[in-house]
Amino acid sequence: MSKMPEPIMTEPELTAPVMGEPDPVTPERANRLAWARRRRSLATYWKTFRKSRQGMVGLCILGFFVVLALTAPYIVDLTQIAPATADGPILHPPTAGYPLGTDNFGRNVLSMVVYGSRISLLIGFTATVGAMAIGSSMGIAAGYFGGRTDTILSAITNWFLVLPWIVLAIVLATVNPFHLPDLGNIILVIAITSWAGTARLVRAQTLSVKERTYVERSRALGSGNWHLVTRHVLPNVMPVIYANTVLMVAIAILSEAALSFLGLGPANTVSWGTILQESYDNGALTAGYWWWFLPPGIAIVLVALSVTLCGYALDEILNPRLRDR
Amino acid sequence: MGARRYFFKKTMYALLTLLFVLSFNFVMFRVLPSDPIANLTRSQKLTRDDVAELRHSLGLDQPLPQQFVTYVKETFSLNLGRSILSGRSVWGEIKAALPATIALLSLGTLFATLLGIWVGIKGGWKRGSTFDTSSLFTSQVFWSMSEAWLGMVLIVVFGSILGWFPTGQWQTPGDATQIQRLADWGNHLFLPVLTLTLGYFGEYAIIMRSSLIEVKNDDFVLTARAKGVPDREVRKKHAVPNAFLPTFTLIFLSFGFVLGGAILIEVVFSWPGIGQLEFEAINNLDYPMIQGIFLLSSAAVIFFNLVADLLYSYMDPRIRES
Amino acid sequence: MSGTVLSLRDLRVTYRTQGGGVPAVRGVDLDIGTGEVVGLAGESGCGKSTIAAAILRLLPAGTTTEGEILLNGEDVLKMTASKLRAVRWAGASIIFQGAMHSLNPVRRIGDQIAEAILVHNQANEREARVRVGALLEQVGLPPRRIDDYPHELSGGQKQRVMIAMALACNPSLVIADEPTTALDVMVQAQVLKLLKELQHDLGLSMIFITHDLSVLVEVSNRLAIMYAGKIIEDGPADLVFHHAAHPYTKALAAAFPEIGDLRFRRKPSGLGGDPPDPQNVPSGCAFHPRCPERVDGVCEGIEPELWVAGENSHAACVHVSGAPAFEGMPA
Repeated sequence: MSKMPEPIMTEPELTAPVMGEPDPVTPERANRLAWARRRRSLATYWKTFRKSRQGMVGLCILGFFVVLALTAPYIVDLTQIAPATADGPILHPPTAGYPLGTDNFGRNVLSMVVYGSRISLLIGFTATVGAMAIGSSMGIAAGYFGGRTDTILSAITNWFLVLPWIVLAIVLATVNPFHLPDLGNIILVIAITSWAGTARLVRAQTLSVKERTYVERSRALGSGNWHLVTRHVLPNVMPVIYANTVLMVAIAILSEAALSFLGLGPANTVSWGTILQESYDNGALTAGYWWWFLPPGIAIVLVALSVTLCGYALDEILNPRLRDR
Repeated sequence: MGARRYFFKKTMYALLTLLFVLSFNFVMFRVLPSDPIANLTRSQKLTRDDVAELRHSLGLDQPLPQQFVTYVKETFSLNLGRSILSGRSVWGEIKAALPATIALLSLGTLFATLLGIWVGIKGGWKRGSTFDTSSLFTSQVFWSMSEAWLGMVLIVVFGSILGWFPTGQWQTPGDATQIQRLADWGNHLFLPVLTLTLGYFGEYAIIMRSSLIEVKNDDFVLTARAKGVPDREVRKKHAVPNAFLPTFTLIFLSFGFVLGGAILIEVVFSWPGIGQLEFEAINNLDYPMIQGIFLLSSAAVIFFNLVADLLYSYMDPRIRES
Repeated sequence: MSGTVLSLRDLRVTYRTQGGGVPAVRGVDLDIGTGEVVGLAGESGCGKSTIAAAILRLLPAGTTTEGEILLNGEDVLKMTASKLRAVRWAGASIIFQGAMHSLNPVRRIGDQIAEAILVHNQANEREARVRVGALLEQVGLPPRRIDDYPHELSGGQKQRVMIAMALACNPSLVIADEPTTALDVMVQAQVLKLLKELQHDLGLSMIFITHDLSVLVEVSNRLAIMYAGKIIEDGPADLVFHHAAHPYTKALAAAFPEIGDLRFRRKPSGLGGDPPDPQNVPSGCAFHPRCPERVDGVCEGIEPELWVAGENSHAACVHVSGAPAFEGMPA
């Protein structure tokens, strides 16, 4: 007679608490614990961030511009920013109808600046993501694998660090090696010229994390590289990456302004840099069209400043030594 | 390792970096474009024979590796091609534009460094003081500005409105004595140099400040105080020399950024330097010029980094003698 | 000439932190006579290093120091800034621990030692240099090393430099703050031997601070044991170490045997629990939660004082002979 098959132990049964015994630690439970812990530490970070006046001011200003950029298509009269359809008076100082005056095509400068935030911030954020992705991967790979990989990757990083970013950007922008459309090209150019600084920082942090005993222990337990990097190295390198990312945004926005001013920005697009360029080309300086070139510059300062303030607050959270004792 | 080996190693590394730059340039301008000749001869009406001759003289009919060798040789002999825009040699044009840029860059970097370090030390030593908070904020504000915009603002305020300074160019045309000429130069230099100084002092100040704050907590500073050394001397002889080392490195590393700012400023002020050359090259897609400036500015930065490395090893006895 | 070099009267030090005030020293009385070596022992955080820094007013800004610190009869806490700077190093000097970072890495050691002499105007540059050479010899370093940088010296050599530097201005008092803790055992022994010799030859008055009791027994005339910011026992070194009166001292002594002590090999001991959080000191006797001789009902309510425990020794424990009789004490 065949034996009755054993009932298949399902997961819930396995993990159901047995009287008097503590819950067995399963992968799910460990995962839940890890996430709970991350949420708690994020909550603590946020609480400390909130205390920083610098950080909150920065966050508010940045938030304002992000909202501005996102709502721009809906709040701006698009006819007022296209040369063909703009119907304002030419090069007129601010009036009630045109709070920031008009430009050489009769376009509403305020609308231009608001709409320009879209492209400027888009380029700023996207280029930053690109630079961080490249920089972090290079940095972690170099620091983690060490040896020859490190030598090669560090050499590449150093080469990019040494090259003056703007001439490299000009070369890449004019040659357009990947035949990208203007917008994509400028994002790529900024990413390529900015990743090296991050890579260096991330590599240093990876090296210090690698030395820590829990990494050694995990390795002794037989963890593979992927596991070690994603579970141990990455979470401890992320704080440095975050703080650096924030600063990168400012650099990317300033880079876009510079490149657009030189005429390398995306063609036929409204960005803060192109407004600066057009105002300069049309004699805003000698003729004194201050309403035309001041606002975009101020907008750039505000965004870059807000980002640095946030970065400062973040740095103080992640680097307790810098905090006031 | 001895000083000599250190020097050798660093120089080799610099040369290797230069080689990388050359290769990169080669790839960008010779390998990638489908027809390099087209880039070089745009907007010029040339017969097929002319094109063929050009192709031959540039060595474009040779296999790539040989092209590269020729390219390197020509670069080192400063044969950087001819500008499409002016027809003159690239190196010639650059040489003519160098003095203006060197004047701007050296004075600007000098003042930015001096101001930045002074602000950073004073603020960092008395952290939280009124000077510290206000100077930190000021540094951050200036760092957040686009150099082009800052230049524009200064021109309008001091040039157009107040009329204190000229709004562009390097000199006023016409006859003048030596002294008048020098004064004229100074007059024209003032605003561009001011723009460069204001644009970059903030970064140096912030770096110096955090460096000093860290060093201030080191044990040997406590030892100095315990010995009865007055506060000013503790700062001058113990804290600053140690805080200055990492600042020094970072200052040199930022030279590439200062160069970028200088280019923007030259455009804004119609300054007859390399930046202006580059601007015109961009507007006219003058590839030989773009290449040439890329090469030379990279080489300059590499050179300065090498100098910085060697100077650093001299300043830090731990490296000097290890 | 004998006398009291240092006199601490009801010294109280409170650090200021984000979480509020931290009372690190809660009322300490201590006297050091000329030529005397007093060992100050206790676990980390008991306040001993704070006392060292407090004597020369080297605590971080915002720290409150109350009481009296009489150095050669003058109250350091009431000195003006310039007088304080004159007294620093010439009145009392400190041998810091961790000579790893206590020396300026970018200045030659000779310059650093000479700096002390020059700052106090005790000599001109040439004379100072001669004196530095003599000091180096005194601590067992070849004088030619006067132009070395700190990184060219070993840990033990750096510590010798610290000692030479501490002696540079002929101070009345030398405060040794964990001078051997960061060193290897062999080097420790050498440096200790040097300190003993110097103290004997020069008749130095010293406070020797450490957590290692066995080291103190070798060097000190008297021992003072600290716990949670207060001195809980003091007396002649030998007596306190071998016949401790306070239960804490007994545990501390048992944990740091003298080398070759057979008793320890057979029965190593430690003390359970952790030192109390200075912001949360237990009521009554601060040691009572960890004390193996605790008397429930008495110890948590009584603030013990340094009562007579033996010849010239005192302990802050209800069990000592000089303690008043409290209700609830077993007969």
